[in-house]
Amino acid sequence: MVAKVFIFVAHTDGKADDTAFELVTAAKRLFPGCAPVALVTGSGLDGVCQEMAAALGEVWKFDQAALAHPNAELLWPLLVKVLPAGAMLLLPHSSLGMDLGPGLSVRLGAAYLPDVVGTEASEGTTLRVIRQEFNGQVSTHLHCDASGGAVITVRSGAFPPEATGSAVGQVSDRSGDAEGLTARRTFVEVIPAEAGDIDITREEVLVAVGRGIGDQENLALAEELALAMGAALCCSRPIVDAKWLAKSRQVGTSGLTVQPKVYLALGISGSFQHLGGIKGSPLLVAINKNPNAPIFQAASVGVVADLLELLPALTEKIHQSR
Amino acid sequence: MEILVCVKRVPDSAENEISIGADGADIRRDDLVYSVNEWDNYAVEEAIQIVERVGGSVTVVAVGTADAEEVVRREMAMGATQGLLLVDEAFEGSDGLGIATILRAAAQRGQYDLILTGAQADDGAAQVGGMLAALLDWPYASLVNRIEVNAGESLRIGREIEGGSQEISEIATPCVLSIQTGLNEPRYVGIRGIRKVASVEIPMLDAAALGIAEGSVGQTGAKVQRVDYFVPQTGLGAEMLAGSTVELASQLVEILKTKGGLK
Ligand SMILES: Cc1cc2nc3c(=O)[nH]c(=O)nc-3n(C[C@H](O)[C@H](O)[C@H](O)COP(=O)(O)OP(=O)(O)OC[C@H]3O[C@@H](n4cnc5c(N)ncnc54)[C@H](O)[C@@H]3O)c2cc1C
Ligand SMILES: Nc1ncnc2c1ncn2[C@@H]1O[C@H](COP(=O)(O)O)[C@@H](O)[C@H]1O
Repeated sequence: MVAKVFIFVAHTDGKADDTAFELVTAAKRLFPGCAPVALVTGSGLDGVCQEMAAALGEVWKFDQAALAHPNAELLWPLLVKVLPAGAMLLLPHSSLGMDLGPGLSVRLGAAYLPDVVGTEASEGTTLRVIRQEFNGQVSTHLHCDASGGAVITVRSGAFPPEATGSAVGQVSDRSGDAEGLTARRTFVEVIPAEAGDIDITREEVLVAVGRGIGDQENLALAEELALAMGAALCCSRPIVDAKWLAKSRQVGTSGLTVQPKVYLALGISGSFQHLGGIKGSPLLVAINKNPNAPIFQAASVGVVADLLELLPALTEKIHQSR
Repeated sequence: MEILVCVKRVPDSAENEISIGADGADIRRDDLVYSVNEWDNYAVEEAIQIVERVGGSVTVVAVGTADAEEVVRREMAMGATQGLLLVDEAFEGSDGLGIATILRAAAQRGQYDLILTGAQADDGAAQVGGMLAALLDWPYASLVNRIEVNAGESLRIGREIEGGSQEISEIATPCVLSIQTGLNEPRYVGIRGIRKVASVEIPMLDAAALGIAEGSVGQTGAKVQRVDYFVPQTGLGAEMLAGSTVELASQLVEILKTKGGLK
């Protein structure tokens, strides 16, 4: 049996996101020989549909003004209506994928596989995938009974995007299926993130502080180091949650994307949501007291040390060297 | 507003180095420090603040072993009105849908207007809230970082989306919301707070009491099964520096100097 495989295309400003092409790769690895169908929902979709049709054989277009601001409550009724029994649906593990995926799997009677980072050969309708737990400290193999279909969310960056341009696909306009959608949750507006006092996205040298700094008063150690280096201070999410630094200093998927030359990570474990905000392959130096912290897999240079001891020594050495 | 908050007892990943047992079947659990899932603590605080504004009650519920009592009691010390423990050997090995099925049974025993979960727990699945909503056929929103109670049967909510922007919407009640960290400042719980609720009885319900059919949850009911834990063989990883604190500092200064890290 060849699985009926669908990928959900996220798009911005008339262009498909990278995740769409990463999903194609993931789909082909999970279901060798499959011909994935791209699902494109929203309003004003011709550009995205053309782009996807150049990559895949078949594109289903659902163009409705009501879908301009998609959410789980709008999309699940549509997808339940149009997906065939036993469908395999791949979504990005994004804020929309996390919103839509779990409930949709229940409504479809399908299995749910969240935040997949790797795959192994499947056996019949048993899917075999790899996930991470504890912020990437350990990985797991999962077996999943997909005889009733599956909804799979895929971590961004975990699969290389499939090269595009080989196929000449058909765009099938199914907008009629999306007529008259109503939801018990309605979009009001998007409030953009506030700009900060400094713009960390433009800084070449960043000192990033994470939960490992322990206490608010220890933050001064990182500030002094940043000052000595001539660097700007940024942070991981827990530091913003604790209101020790402003949201405009947060690096990550729900913060800012930075592209410095040098990034010094202090007491940061290396979750994918944090690393997802660091682009441009900087020299990544990590200081962490746990030798098994996942950040050491991503870092160029690593030091296993207690911040409270090393930071003052490092700041002093920098002053001496000037 | 009657609010149910789902809380999970998890190894505290800020306090622990997670390692894998010899056979790969589980992580080493002997010396782990457990606590309430970080996201759930924000959910309980939010529920308490809503009730402080508009009245009602907060019930905290956990699926787990009898050990889950410590986190339920801790959240009651924060100010939750009631606790509920869902414990049965038949629940062990449940996948996300299994946990949501058990929680639904608990939710249906009350008259809740709102159910809060954390956005995700220790295994990073971010699934139970959305599944619970679908099982109840209630509307759902994930990654909620703001809640305002409207007059009438709706809430105005904010969701965190990529880049830290906030998507505002209106959602009908009853509904399920999964809570993102940072939307409030969870109150501190001291020894005195814990003592005050030490003797409050927390009802414990099993599969029979919840009317959950055998085999529908737990290992047998799970479509998704964890086969093992492992540490992946990834690339080379970092060049690790060694030495005394002073030696480490000197080496770092040299590296930073040559790579443009000192301005
Ligand atoms: C939807 C969503 C979006 C998210 N977006 C973001 C985002 O944009 N940015 C982000 O950062 N996170 C984000 N997160 C959170 C993310 O999952 C992690 O929880 C977070 O990145 C962890 O931050 P951390 O590494 O500072 O803390 P932890 O994971 O707690 O790590 C602390 C580290 O410090 C080390 N340490 C402790 N004490 C010391 C010491 N004395 N000396 C040296 N090292 C020490 C520990 O070994 C540990 O590795 C998001 C989560 C979700 C669900
Ligand atoms: N065993 C459990 N008991 C109670 N609530 C749970 C349990 N597991 C998950 N949850 C809830 O579901 C949320 C998301 O968890 P998960 O889907 O496992 O990532 C958690 O933050 C909890 O609110």
